Amino acid sequence: MLFTSYEFILFLIIVFILYYVIPKKFQWMLLLFASYVFYSYAGIEYMAYILVTTISTYLISRQIGSLFLSQEVYLKDNKSELSREERKTYKAKIKRKQRKFLVLCLVFNFGILAVLKYSDFTISNINSVFNLLGLGRKLSPLGFVLPLGISFYIFQTMGYIIDVYRGKYAYEKNIFKLALFISFFPQLIQGPISRFDDLKDTLFTEHSYDSKAISFGLQRILWGFFKKLVVADRLLPAVITIVSNPDQYQGVYVLVGMFFYAIDLYADFTGGIDIAIGVAEIFGIRLKENFERPYFSKSITEYWRRWHITLGTWFREYLFFPISVSKSMLNLSKKGRKRFGDFIGKRIPVYIATILVWLTTGIWHGAAWNFVVWGLLNCLIILISQECIPLYNKFHSRFNVGHTFYYRLFQVVRTFWLMSFIRILDCYRDVGTTFRMYGTIFTKWNWNELFKGSLLELGLSVADYMVLLFAVMLMLCVSLYSRSESFRERIATKPLAVRSILYFVLIISILIFGAYGVGYDSSQFIYSQF
Amino acid sequence: MKINKKKILINILIVSLGLLVILFIQELFMPKYMSEIPEGNLVEEYYKEEKKHDVIFVGDCEVFSNISPITLWEEFGITSYIRGSAQQLIWQSYYLLEETLKYEKPKAVVFNVLSMKYNEPQKEAYNRLTLDGMKLSKYKINAIKASMMENEDLITYIFPLLRYHSRWNDIKAEDFKYIFDKDVQSHNGYLMRIDVKPVGYIPKGRVMADYSFGDNSYYYLEKMAKLCKENDVELILIKSPSVYPYWYPQWDQQIVDFAQDKDLTYINFLDIAKEEIGIEYDKDTFDGGLHLNLSGAEKFTRYFGNILSNDFECPDHRNDEEYKEIWQDKVAFYYAMKEDQEQELKEYGYLKGYGAVAQSIGDDETD
Repeated sequence: MLFTSYEFILFLIIVFILYYVIPKKFQWMLLLFASYVFYSYAGIEYMAYILVTTISTYLISRQIGSLFLSQEVYLKDNKSELSREERKTYKAKIKRKQRKFLVLCLVFNFGILAVLKYSDFTISNINSVFNLLGLGRKLSPLGFVLPLGISFYIFQTMGYIIDVYRGKYAYEKNIFKLALFISFFPQLIQGPISRFDDLKDTLFTEHSYDSKAISFGLQRILWGFFKKLVVADRLLPAVITIVSNPDQYQGVYVLVGMFFYAIDLYADFTGGIDIAIGVAEIFGIRLKENFERPYFSKSITEYWRRWHITLGTWFREYLFFPISVSKSMLNLSKKGRKRFGDFIGKRIPVYIATILVWLTTGIWHGAAWNFVVWGLLNCLIILISQECIPLYNKFHSRFNVGHTFYYRLFQVVRTFWLMSFIRILDCYRDVGTTFRMYGTIFTKWNWNELFKGSLLELGLSVADYMVLLFAVMLMLCVSLYSRSESFRERIATKPLAVRSILYFVLIISILIFGAYGVGYDSSQFIYSQF
Repeated sequence: MKINKKKILINILIVSLGLLVILFIQELFMPKYMSEIPEGNLVEEYYKEEKKHDVIFVGDCEVFSNISPITLWEEFGITSYIRGSAQQLIWQSYYLLEETLKYEKPKAVVFNVLSMKYNEPQKEAYNRLTLDGMKLSKYKINAIKASMMENEDLITYIFPLLRYHSRWNDIKAEDFKYIFDKDVQSHNGYLMRIDVKPVGYIPKGRVMADYSFGDNSYYYLEKMAKLCKENDVELILIKSPSVYPYWYPQWDQQIVDFAQDKDLTYINFLDIAKEEIGIEYDKDTFDGGLHLNLSGAEKFTRYFGNILSNDFECPDHRNDEEYKEIWQDKVAFYYAMKEDQEQELKEYGYLKGYGAVAQSIGDDETD
């Protein structure tokens, strides 16, 4: 059920009415029921996967949680009899047991994801190796269909189990509440990847009808629809035309493709997240923000702090830090310092953790070499940037331009294009084609074609470009305005007539200028495929 | 909780105002079918009509192009209306008939059986030509449900702005001019064309593995027979004298058998078109045999009128003042259009208006 489908709108209206009609203590149960209805709409058979993840996570988190409890009771009961050393040994023993459960849960659930998402990719690589070795063997692909939102809910669930293991919060005793946390329908398709402690306060509590929160939620939904239908889906044909015909569209078209895809992906992904957050908001539930005007970032590191924030946080907290401060990594660093000196030694854990994080981030996005290379390119640029910091400092100490508007603009533009350059790897059919297209930017000088009406051959008319220009300018203005204060809060202070006109214009714009229905291919949200 | 009545009232007012504007935009965006594809208006024109008809014709273009209710009136005093549109599928004909019978009780219903060959919905564009014009009712909803193609949504028929929103860069003066009221294009559902394009090559029907009409087609034909019986209306099945699309003898036999089984009249006018009706396919068709032109339609109507008058005892209202008053305007409009078309033919050598250009493009598909 696409967020932008009529079915979803009808589904949402029904759930919304029921939510505020039924006794409040049943509200979260209704959301669980609705989430399962939403999930099973994609195919009842996929319910098995989310149920298996829910049950396995519940059972294991209960085991880990019970061990915490028994440890607490044991230590309390034997407080006077146990020495400090004995207490430490006992705790370590419990931790080992808990770790076994944790590893079991991680292997099991990531295993499901790995098998479903990566088995065909692995098989195709094995076949390539067979081919290289001249072996006549060929393995057949397994052809699993990826269940809806599996990359998102597995990550969310594994974040939960790691937090329980770390003792960050107690495990959820009610399996149905845990089930709702895992399957909550607005975030199921493309995130944000919520953390249990962030979500539980609003997810399970009773909510009264709050017209302001509901109105804010509806605004957010509308804004999401605008971005997705008016901008992303209208621009998509041009992106597809460019990247599907690499022999025809080279040189400047590659840059045009990068630029269009940057806008398309931003409007698509942030639009989807706006709808998700808005939907949660009308139920009184607060989801984490996933974007903070990423295209205004002045460096790639900053960009990744502001783009898909919840995924970045997940990787930082559950992969980067555990690896970089792990015992083995510290030992490696120690040995490295002895052997290669401080400069290299202290970098070893950071480098290894960074490479692993970006490799995983790439693979998380898709089972293809494009995404592996995409992740590693991000990693490379981030590491180079870090190493260049002394150089930048030197430059800034000599030339005092760092705080000027133009320098900041240069940084923003540089980061935007750098990211667009890497991001286009999502689109071309393979890494070789992408690099070939990179090459044509420098070797094929065809800028003059842009002024001969060639942009009108990409599947968009002059009218389409006009709509896009207007819509993107609007998005830009809202983004710029939101730097200083909340745009929604600002609107809320306006008289009812002004607010009504604004909402109405937005609704009409979506209805008229949205790329939906007959004549348009209603496209899936890009991030829902990851 | 204190209810702020004023606030609620203002909110209702704002929402109503918003809905009104949306409805206005919806009307603006709906295709008007005034300068081209006049078939798009046929279904809705019925609602403007005084609903006192002896005969109701239902079916596809083989009725709205081949039968002239004005001739029926002039020659036999029979009042009739054609509820037909382009590629009107049998379930659309059924629901249109069901709707019509809620408005009036004719003496006879004539159904052209060509659409029996379609067992499933064919094309969204044709669905629209029939369904958009229907008034919102249970008949319309049922017709939509029966007609929707895969990937179509019921709601886009109920709120057609969701279908036609992409016309924003195609809005013409015509869309503003006819936003609330459109000119009548047909003569009681008959679309007049006086131009001539003789029958040339008639493609033979392809050999088919199975000539049986589909279950769905039969289901609606049986429903139609039952509906007419329940309403005490005579159902007459016809095959109009269009030479193309090919009407297989095997299809004909199935209709013969059905009519026999249900005790209905079935007349295949195609078999007697030349000898008995006197249709000359070198001058009585405007598109090589798919549809009759005015001359052909009048010949066919005269022949059929005799049958309706003699065999089915359709009354002659020509001396009834009430009917005369209604029909004299229709007759005047008929001859004015005929004259206008003759003028156009004289001036340009071809029909410039009346959707002739667009229709000639769609000839291959229209039936």
